[in-house]
Amino acid sequence: MSDVISVTELVKTFGPTRALDGLNLDVREGEVHGFLGPNGAGKSTTIRVLLGLLRPNGGSARLLGGDPWQDATKLHRRLAYVPGDVNLWPNLSGGEVIDLLGRMRGGLDKQRRADLLERFQLDPKKKSRTYSKGNRQKVALVAALASDVELLILDEPTSGLDPLMEQVFRECISEERQNDRTVLLSSHILSEVEALCDRVSIIREGRNVASGTLSEMRHLTRTSIDAELTQPPSDLTDLPGVHDLKVDGTHVRCEVDADDLGTALRRLTDLGVRNLTSRPPTLEELFLRHYAADGEAERVGSQEVAR
Amino acid sequence: MSSLTGTGKLIRLILRRDRILTPVWVLWMAVIPISFVSTYDKLYPTAADRLKYANTSGNNPVFLALYGPLPNTSLGGIVTQRVGAIPIFVALLSILTVIRHTRTEEQAGRRELLGSTVVGRHAGLAAALIVTMIADLVLGLIMGAGMAGKLAPSGAWALALSFVAVGWVFAAIGGVAAQLTENAGSARGIAISALGGSILLAIAGDLNGEDSTLSWLAWFSPIGWARRIHPFASERWWILLLFVVATAVATFAAVALSARRDVGAGILPVRLGPATAAAHLRNSVALAWRLHRMLLLGWAVAFAVLGLVFGGIAEGIGDLMQNNQSLKDLFSRMGGQQGLIDAYLASMMGLLGLIASAYGIQATLRLRAEEEGGHAEYLLATSVSRVRWVASHLVFSALGPAVTLAVAGVSAGLAHGANTGDIGREVPRILGGAMLQLPAVWVLTGVAVALFGLLPRAASVGAWGVLAVFFMLGQFGQALKLNHTVLDLSPFTHVPRIPGGHFSATPLLWLLAIAVLLIASGLAGSRRRDLSAA
Repeated sequence: MSDVISVTELVKTFGPTRALDGLNLDVREGEVHGFLGPNGAGKSTTIRVLLGLLRPNGGSARLLGGDPWQDATKLHRRLAYVPGDVNLWPNLSGGEVIDLLGRMRGGLDKQRRADLLERFQLDPKKKSRTYSKGNRQKVALVAALASDVELLILDEPTSGLDPLMEQVFRECISEERQNDRTVLLSSHILSEVEALCDRVSIIREGRNVASGTLSEMRHLTRTSIDAELTQPPSDLTDLPGVHDLKVDGTHVRCEVDADDLGTALRRLTDLGVRNLTSRPPTLEELFLRHYAADGEAERVGSQEVAR
Repeated sequence: MSSLTGTGKLIRLILRRDRILTPVWVLWMAVIPISFVSTYDKLYPTAADRLKYANTSGNNPVFLALYGPLPNTSLGGIVTQRVGAIPIFVALLSILTVIRHTRTEEQAGRRELLGSTVVGRHAGLAAALIVTMIADLVLGLIMGAGMAGKLAPSGAWALALSFVAVGWVFAAIGGVAAQLTENAGSARGIAISALGGSILLAIAGDLNGEDSTLSWLAWFSPIGWARRIHPFASERWWILLLFVVATAVATFAAVALSARRDVGAGILPVRLGPATAAAHLRNSVALAWRLHRMLLLGWAVAFAVLGLVFGGIAEGIGDLMQNNQSLKDLFSRMGGQQGLIDAYLASMMGLLGLIASAYGIQATLRLRAEEEGGHAEYLLATSVSRVRWVASHLVFSALGPAVTLAVAGVSAGLAHGANTGDIGREVPRILGGAMLQLPAVWVLTGVAVALFGLLPRAASVGAWGVLAVFFMLGQFGQALKLNHTVLDLSPFTHVPRIPGGHFSATPLLWLLAIAVLLIASGLAGSRRRDLSAA
């Protein structure tokens, strides 16, 4: 599969600030790619470079096989963008904005437009100045999803949507995946990324700390074990790859490295298990692990970059 | 009354927010009329001078329309006529102040925040009206006190109170308009339309003097009432009662409307837009037209009025200057060469050129507003290129001034031609003079485009600063006896003085070349630079 977005060692400085500091990002054709990072990590800057709005100071960025700065106009016919802060022209109605943007991209699917307006419960007749933040976001989403394009670049598209509308958004993105459209989804909402994305890139301070599929990333982190044994365990501290062990009578809680999970489980089974819960790390745990400032998390991060 | 609870606190809030703005406009509007007293005392020192004014300008239809009737030929009478347009500004400021503290607050959601505290339903409206009306009153007191020393006190106070009265009525009308629409801009539009209608009625009523057959129209207009108080000529004090009644009625209406509606809602239904875009709305030029058309319309109307005024008083200026050496000097200094009226008209065309460049700059800076407002980012992520985007706004910053100058040239030609009885001769002459300003105007547009492309952060300050310098050079440069090299910096120095002067194409071609160069460098710069984040 070819890469729709391929960013290597990208650098962008604003005066003394290094907003992007050797960032790598690969988005494959037909995948929904989650783009995660705390505020100020450089997500929007990366997107703005990809859209040819900013000129990088170093590294390379390729988008749909072209140069995002040189070929901006040509490439923009093939993509649709939903900005993080949707600013619409106040005296245009929502419907006018949707049509205008669609026409200035690769065209608009009328049927899909009507369908999306219905699903997002958006009144296209209202003047943009009267829309709330969530409704402005819906306008941008309808305009993007109804556009006849190969790539969707969505910058925190659900930050103003209510839970019902967010559900609609998730359905729409799932449909896009089935239609083989590529989606770059920058988001804060981890459950959303977990539900939608094939692969994830986590960035921090302008460089990536992890990328891969969620299962790959999980593989590199620990699984939580919560077990009720038939007898108090004798000694578990000698087990390899076990961390944060807590023993309370017959109740055992610990975190186990993926490679040592088999050994640990065998030992527990030998002791006699009455009840066992094993839980893979949530994205939230992964995410926090990469942002926690302590050394251990740093180590995990660099290990994955090296990979 | 619990619905007024908290009014005092809101008044203090308004005073705190407007602690600079309000005193400035109050003082400004009060001091200008006071300054007119000594100005016109110097211009028309003797009774004979004043009689001459009465026989020429004082009864010129355009003067009558714009300033109202001349009550009598005393100094106070002349001042009364010449300050006749100022109440329009007092009315405008009163409207804007009231709406700023009512509907604007509500639209921004701040009214809701306050509404959850101990504040009565009508407190916001009451506070805005009270502050505005007190501001008007203070204005009148300063003005009356300032004039009463130099003019007949009863006339001075009648004139000052007419200002207050106009301010009050339109403050109350602003209060009504603020109840009608959800959008502050539309509310301002409604109130200002009411003001515009009043002005038109007063003009129609006064155009041919107070004895004309249409004179009764002025009685439907608060502006017309003010002009009929006749300060300094057996004042008709009872007209002030009309104002009090009208203010009371409008205030009552505003309160009644406010009582019937929800916070944030308007009385008039929200105007909806089309659910789908018209077929032509498909590229950046069509979008630019949507963004620029109201601005263009506003400037075109303003230029039509300016043209009518400048053209309409040309004949009167001619009469005036025959007998006034200092005015004669003034106008020949302003750039005229042959014939006082032509000199005057050519100077006015130069002034229109400067004003048109303000429009050119304003339209260009719209690009910067689009960029800073985040609209450009969204647009440029579609297949619109940088150059195309800039060019689509340039259509309006280059052709907009051309349209407005043409409108002003034609309207000035028509007005002046109607006075001289030769429209066929005056229209092309004056229109030509207006259109010759364009290359100089485009230089200013070019400066704004170049700054936008190369130094975007300095674009606004830089472009307006350059215009201010050119304005000073053009209007005061010769009076200050500045070096010719300095004067030559302004593109307007090089525009041929038409009508009347000698036409030469060379400087115009140079100006065009400079404008093209500036615009090209701006376009190149805008292609290369980063787009600012919203």
